[in-house]
Amino acid sequence: MVNLTIDNISVSVPSGSTILQAAQAVGLKIPTLCYHPDQTVKANCRVCLVEVEGARGLQAACSQTVVEGMVVRTSTPLVFKARKAVVELILARHPQDCLNCVRNGCCELQDLAQELGIREIPYAREIKGMPQDKSTPSLVLDPDKCILCRRCLTVCQEVQTVNALGLRARGYQTSVGPAFYQQLNESTCVMCGQCTQVCPTGALAEREEIDKLLDALADPSKIVVTQMAPAVRVALAEEVGLPTGELDMLTLVGGLRRLGFHRVFHTNFTADLTIMEEGHELLERLNNGGTLPMLTSCSPGWINFIETFYPDLLDNLSTCKSPQQMFGALVKTYWAQKAGVDPAQIYSVSIMPCTAKKYEAARPEMQDSGYQDVDLVLTTREIGKLFRMAGIDLKQVPPSEFDPWMGAYTGAGVIFGATGGVMEAALRTVYEVVTGNELANLDFTVCRGMTGIKEAEVDLAGTQVKVAIAHGLGNARQLMERIRAGEADYHFVEIMACPGGCIGGGGQPRQTDNAQRAIRIEAIYQEDVALALRKSHENPEVKQLYTEFLGQPLGDKSHQLLHTHYQAKSKKLK
Amino acid sequence: MREEKRISLKHYGLIDPDQIEDYLEHGGYQSLQKALSQPPAAIVQAVKDAGLRGRGGAGFKAGIKWGFTLQTPAEQKYIICNADEGEPGTFKDRLIMEGDPHLVLEGMAIAGYAVGASKGYIYCRGEYPYIVKRLKRAIEQAREKGLLGTNRFESNFSFDVEVRMGAGAYICGEETALIESLEGKRGEPRSKPPFPGVAGLWGKPTVVNNVETLAAVPWIIEHGATAYQQIGASRYPGTKIFTLTGDVARKGFCEVPTDVTLRELVYDFGGGVAGGKKLQAVQVGGTSGAFLPESLLDTPADLDSMAAVGGTLGSGAVLVVDETRDLVDLAVTIASFFKHESCGKCTPCREGTFQLHRLLEKISRGQGSRQDLETLERLMWIMTQASFCGLGHTAPTPILTMLQYFPDPFNNRVNSQAG
Repeated sequence: MVNLTIDNISVSVPSGSTILQAAQAVGLKIPTLCYHPDQTVKANCRVCLVEVEGARGLQAACSQTVVEGMVVRTSTPLVFKARKAVVELILARHPQDCLNCVRNGCCELQDLAQELGIREIPYAREIKGMPQDKSTPSLVLDPDKCILCRRCLTVCQEVQTVNALGLRARGYQTSVGPAFYQQLNESTCVMCGQCTQVCPTGALAEREEIDKLLDALADPSKIVVTQMAPAVRVALAEEVGLPTGELDMLTLVGGLRRLGFHRVFHTNFTADLTIMEEGHELLERLNNGGTLPMLTSCSPGWINFIETFYPDLLDNLSTCKSPQQMFGALVKTYWAQKAGVDPAQIYSVSIMPCTAKKYEAARPEMQDSGYQDVDLVLTTREIGKLFRMAGIDLKQVPPSEFDPWMGAYTGAGVIFGATGGVMEAALRTVYEVVTGNELANLDFTVCRGMTGIKEAEVDLAGTQVKVAIAHGLGNARQLMERIRAGEADYHFVEIMACPGGCIGGGGQPRQTDNAQRAIRIEAIYQEDVALALRKSHENPEVKQLYTEFLGQPLGDKSHQLLHTHYQAKSKKLK
Repeated sequence: MREEKRISLKHYGLIDPDQIEDYLEHGGYQSLQKALSQPPAAIVQAVKDAGLRGRGGAGFKAGIKWGFTLQTPAEQKYIICNADEGEPGTFKDRLIMEGDPHLVLEGMAIAGYAVGASKGYIYCRGEYPYIVKRLKRAIEQAREKGLLGTNRFESNFSFDVEVRMGAGAYICGEETALIESLEGKRGEPRSKPPFPGVAGLWGKPTVVNNVETLAAVPWIIEHGATAYQQIGASRYPGTKIFTLTGDVARKGFCEVPTDVTLRELVYDFGGGVAGGKKLQAVQVGGTSGAFLPESLLDTPADLDSMAAVGGTLGSGAVLVVDETRDLVDLAVTIASFFKHESCGKCTPCREGTFQLHRLLEKISRGQGSRQDLETLERLMWIMTQASFCGLGHTAPTPILTMLQYFPDPFNNRVNSQAG
């Protein structure tokens, strides 16, 4: 331990700690911008300046490690003057359109300017004047709003290993974006949106499409139906002022009805359906010498990643569409038939924790219903905004039931929202299908948690099935390298593009850091354990779907509506 | 009258730099052989005792650097010769490398032996392509003679050198930015600690020394630490190459003991101000150096004496500015240079150099106000206090010293503006 004093408070912290960590340990907040709790220290914004007795100049608290007897001052006139001077320099070249910025009211730069009491900028204002990049359906990159903190670079390069974002030019001309000033849709960007989770300002954000929903709701010729992903409920609570996970599901259904949705369903339903299809696909591959390991295909960021970086392994990818797209294909066929409505009238909206889902919905592969299967994807953040816009307080909305036929779900569908959840759900079903026995313990805890790559071996009636789980594309890349090299003998691999799985998705409420991911994961498993049905094959509406419409898993109708094939570097939306 | 003493330039113009035989005939590689007969720690101690300090600008003690690397256990260590010489008005490293490339290689090999490094890199300024050729030829010749490569001198000692070219960024003279660039990354400084001596190139212990520093090493081994320590200023001993540019009668260079004064440099070696004009200022140390008035010309040019008057010795560039020059105009040019060369990593330097240039331009156009001068001071204060690396810390130095020693041109310019 190292002993030091910060603002006359004695602190004892492990050696190697930074001044910032030591200050946090005694409840002192030092303002930061480039610092992020999950990332390597960059020390480039120079906002976290403090005085250290005997040191030359001011020190950056985020990078300066503590030494025995150090005397630190974090709240002196000199420190305030310096922090202000740094933030003034940032603001001098930052657009002053806060009121109409996507981050108005939830911007770290805005907060900082407020906390420091900045009232005037002594410099003539000059904005870079670079064009916004709206080339993808998922993201908007606005280089003018970028303060070059580089958190997005860390996430894109180190965490996701996608390297779509980089630095162009140098000095005052430096900007963030794809190399050679290309557009995002010309780059390796997989649209995971993790950059939007770490951006402190409005430089990187989801492409907002709330207006499209408002137009559809106002169109009397449309039946607006919605599905919501398993990870939405737990995190949406944060958007509406509730503790994580404490937004009641049926209250949320009531809230969505108040927004004007005509039918409210759940993606959990098709998550259960995915398990039926994917579980049987796995068995078929195992029994008939199919390509192994089979890789899950639920995560659209991951699909973009494999298409871009590992197209040679596309045969390993399950042919199952994602739950969102299975839902989209069924609501305009199965549900339309049962409800007796013209599918052309249906406007299918999904609420997702994900920015890549916007791209997925717009893929040309996704028109098997005869229409674009999903018409609009809104992120958790957007639906949170919509509730605020509509003045709907979810703490005061009466609960409402899901609409029939595509709203029932089991705990297996719920846990799709967390890393390892698809694997666990699949194992629950595959075990019972193969062995014919009921599982004594449904909790495959080996699949759970934030470990980057998880591995397990499961005994299926004498056959050892080896599985692996990766979340975050950097971890996925490690697994894929081993698979490509023939060094991995897994049968089944789950991959989620975002760290923590969908609960940590690019469209989730800010700020999604690893601590928050762990809290959301906890909430997901609480929901699972509280449900009477926790195995996908027990979902009554899924059974009904097979009886009345699909026939059997992997049957003709399934192949037509629920399965697809992806292509190398499919960037068709250019 | 001061006389030159040539240590780093001892063979300059005397040998054919493309002929290793010439170098050998002049006693070349004998210091290396002598070093190999002693334990590595003794070599490091000799460099410490000699008091050799970095000739690149920062003046860090070379022996201490070597000591860090010697003491850090690692299977692979590196010697990097910083030949990025990007400081305007500076061409001393070029002189050494073009006149005596083997001297640099010998210094590197001695350093390699002393710290346990088997590989060296020369990071050469991209604008010196003909020197890169010369260095490569010298390395080839040294390999053929069995001086570089594996198990040389019938010993276990192995040392080889490769040349890498910079791509023109000023920041890559900063040792950690140089390492980043050498690793194929964007040239930007790293957080310190860890210092390169402990974790440098590819994370391995690495000595980074300037060309001139390494070129002094063979002399120290040959003549002994004491002999070197007794030359020049006691706290910055040895010789220093100065390059004289600007409004000086005889532009050029000289290598002199470090207790030389600015006056001796300008008048004895430079022949005074060109065209019989009066001296206005001398900028010492390169673009980030201080502008000093005539009254300080008797200041010795060593590192500590320069620091005492608010400047640096830097690379040893001496820019003479005559009475006819407009210092405000010069300030704008300097600010423009730093705006262009800031790497963009940290806010105070990236944005600071941008605003510095804008403010000075505004003042030079006669559109500045007293308020702008205050803003300028606040700006330069935060740059020196909060920048990530030396570039941002020292970019304001020329302007700060202009305002300190030559306030009139600036005051006159803003006073011409009403209010």
